[in-house]
Amino acid sequence: MSSAKNQAEKIKEISGVNPLKCMKCGKCSASCPAFNEMDIKPHQFVSYVQNGDIEALANSKSLWKCLSCFACVERCPRDVQPGKLIDAARQLVVRQKGQTGLAPEEIPELLDPELPQQLLVSAFRRYRR
Amino acid sequence: MKYSYYPGCTLRTKAKDLDAYARASAKALGFELEEIENWQCCGGVYPLGTDEIATKLSSVRALNEAKEKGQDLVTLCSACHHVIKRVNNDMKNNEDIRTRANNYMQLEQPYAGETNVLHFLEVLRDKVGFDQLKEKVVNPLTGKKIGAYYGCLLLRPGKVLGFDNPENPTIIEDFIRAIGATPVVYPYRNECCGGYISLKEKEMAKNMCDKIKDSAAGFGAEMLITACPLCMYNLNKSSETELPVYYFTELLAEALGVKEDAE
Repeated sequence: MSSAKNQAEKIKEISGVNPLKCMKCGKCSASCPAFNEMDIKPHQFVSYVQNGDIEALANSKSLWKCLSCFACVERCPRDVQPGKLIDAARQLVVRQKGQTGLAPEEIPELLDPELPQQLLVSAFRRYRR
Repeated sequence: MKYSYYPGCTLRTKAKDLDAYARASAKALGFELEEIENWQCCGGVYPLGTDEIATKLSSVRALNEAKEKGQDLVTLCSACHHVIKRVNNDMKNNEDIRTRANNYMQLEQPYAGETNVLHFLEVLRDKVGFDQLKEKVVNPLTGKKIGAYYGCLLLRPGKVLGFDNPENPTIIEDFIRAIGATPVVYPYRNECCGGYISLKEKEMAKNMCDKIKDSAAGFGAEMLITACPLCMYNLNKSSETELPVYYFTELLAEALGVKEDAE
């Protein structure tokens, strides 16, 4: 990947979010149903982008724990919407060749008779390109 | 009244009953769902990236087809509704996405968000009216205590979805009253079921679905209703709490006395 500064700019561009508007109220992390599973919490995500520490974000567990439930997007009083930043950081990773959170070879053993198509298309669209 | 209708991939496969009960109910209520020809999968999740264009095009095609017919576009699956409604908002309000999507589409007339997207529940509330629905009920579900499970996708972000108050919704409770049953309001009704996380992280999905079902059962619900095949799957598969989950259209068809027509 390119320099840290460029990566931070790219995240801002993909997400359309200005992290400098954040006032650190923590409502996003308080709302997040995946909070306990995340190593970098939603409110910290904003600081990482502000500080240009994108390598840490790209390697975080949180990247794969966000559920796209939009609780943080709905409740952010400053329209920073951390969910969009997390998605953009994940895009930076999965758009690189060979980088993915879900490989087709994994699918057969994850299937069960009731599993809806919706689950597969959603997971593929979030986890790989 | 005739509407364009977008069923979506899962309503053709694992959630055929969600679709069949809706069609039978629509007929009984006097409106027609005209399925869009050659619709394509919405992708299940809205592509959040502002530079994502190709992944939004299947929604634009469906929206444009409804526009050309001069009809509102009705959805049923929560995920399809979420994706198509948000893409429509982009086509209406985001000049960059609108221009680039139209460059792909090469339509006679560019699409600019003209179509009105309605979820089936919004048709019941805003077009049919819950009072009118109540009058058409022949088999009221009297005494049944039902918890509405909204989940995420119908409600958030509220500014774009405009479905109901995202923190304190009432539309499904009003629906439950209209079919003669008693709504049970519980705190976790608009919390996430885990969505696509259940593919690989079973434990995480279980924690979330247990909280939802325990919350509903604790407040006295005898069953939950949902509009989303993935919520249905997660709630049934990920939690061991005994609490049946139905599609809202099944109870609607039952109340209207047309359940057998759909089977």
